[in-house]
Amino acid sequence: MLQTNLTHVTTADEWKKIIEENENVMICCGRMGPMCIPVYGVMEDLEEEYKHVKFADMPFDSPEAHVIRNAPEARGFMGLPFTFYYKNGKVVKATSSIQNEQQVRSILNDQFGKNNQ
Amino acid sequence: MLVIRALWLGNQPARILYFITMENNRFDVIVLGGGPAGLTAAIYLSRARLRTLVLNIGTAGGQMVLTHEVANYPGVESVSGYTLSNTMKKQAKSFGSVIKNIASIQQLTLNGDVKQVVTGDGTVYESDAVILATGGRSRELGVEGERQFKGKGISYCATCDGEFFTDKEIIVIGGGNSALEEAVSLTKYASHITIVHQFDYFQAFEYAIEEAKQNTKISFKLNSVISKFQGGESFDGAYIKDVNTGEESFIKSSGAFIFIGYQPNTEVLKGIVELNKWGEIVVDSEMKTSLDGVFAAGDAIAKRYRQITTSVGEATVAALATAGWLHEQRRKKVSLAH
Ligand SMILES: Cc1cc2nc3c(=O)[nH]c(=O)nc-3n(C[C@H](O)[C@H](O)[C@H](O)COP(=O)(O)OP(=O)(O)OC[C@H]3O[C@@H](n4cnc5c(N)ncnc54)[C@H](O)[C@@H]3O)c2cc1C
Repeated sequence: MLQTNLTHVTTADEWKKIIEENENVMICCGRMGPMCIPVYGVMEDLEEEYKHVKFADMPFDSPEAHVIRNAPEARGFMGLPFTFYYKNGKVVKATSSIQNEQQVRSILNDQFGKNNQ
Repeated sequence: MLVIRALWLGNQPARILYFITMENNRFDVIVLGGGPAGLTAAIYLSRARLRTLVLNIGTAGGQMVLTHEVANYPGVESVSGYTLSNTMKKQAKSFGSVIKNIASIQQLTLNGDVKQVVTGDGTVYESDAVILATGGRSRELGVEGERQFKGKGISYCATCDGEFFTDKEIIVIGGGNSALEEAVSLTKYASHITIVHQFDYFQAFEYAIEEAKQNTKISFKLNSVISKFQGGESFDGAYIKDVNTGEESFIKSSGAFIFIGYQPNTEVLKGIVELNKWGEIVVDSEMKTSLDGVFAAGDAIAKRYRQITTSVGEATVAALATAGWLHEQRRKKVSLAH
């Protein structure tokens, strides 16, 4: 399990459940490394503001993380973390490597809207 | 105070709202940056009962959160940078500091008696003194294709992304300790590494140079700079230019790791406080900058060694000097009034 304050997804079943039960989901699949930690930090900071989005992490090295590691949208990804955005269970965006708050915000706004109006 | 101001203004809602907002956004000290330096300054200032605001771009903890294991912080055997950051943040908050994450700074006015910071969303904060603790970051090359292939071939972290290049040929850019040490560590994965460096000598320690030279998986392209990264759906390689002849060639590779040093986060301070030719803030032994009431600490200042301990030490000096300076200013004001 990753040492973050986010919701932890550790199995493929939990992954399926979270993307099916929530309309908007952002999952960051990584390690406790220099490129991943800032993304978890951004997610923790934005969680309060984007109440209509479910934020979660998943350990990259778990065999169960194949659902993200081997997803077609991750083809060509060569930098941790792999960050996936789901709407109604479908991938709407995926990024590779570190992203700053502005980049994450812009994806959240484009894909899920600014807030829950 | 608020009530008096409201009556004096004749109860005009907009102006009252402005004053209430400003009252909430008025601090004794604003600290720019929430890395180890900024958080340490906040701990000392708020313990001295000074109203302290930390404005931080990015994750509180700064570069410290990026450190997998901190093993050289005295009194703590070994701790992740993430945990140490959270503890420092909690400590600063427990003494009363306000810590806000911001996206950017729109305007800085630091030369008057009242210092003013306008953040990206237009919020105005004011204080009597400011501590600059904006730290630094890895330098980017700034060439075509760098942003496009970040995470899809271009990386700044060998331990994070090395395994994606197992049995592949890659490029490492740089000639300092990080570049050479990381190149050697990447030979665990890559089949071959070309180190591209702009000079005909390395700035690294002798042991790192020797280790890289003795590694049969590593070859060198010296006196060479990257002119462009190339690829379509995936990364194909880089165009390099010989700095002496101007001749261009293409190195086919699956990825490139960039380790070309450090740059201070002081762009926003240009023309405001004195910076040296590397963009570092010039301070005296009490961490005073060229402006009255403006102090600085940590990786953003002109200094040789950049560590958590050095940042924390400088921030302690900066905070105590700021508290002393504020006390003196207030004493002067009181004696003038009498
Ligand atoms: C991978 C890595 C490993 C390291 N390992 C160690 C180690 O083991 N031991 C050790 O002692 N040191 C280590 N260091 C060095 C150490 O992390 C730094 O020396 C230290 O973090 C510097 O602290 P700082 O507060 O001055 O700056 P930073 O840590 O850089 O913090 C500055 C903060 O200010 C923010 N900021 C930037 N511009 C602005 C602005 N305009 N307004 C507001 N905020 C702004 C930044 O985003 C950041 O959050 C390591 C560094 C790295 C990158």
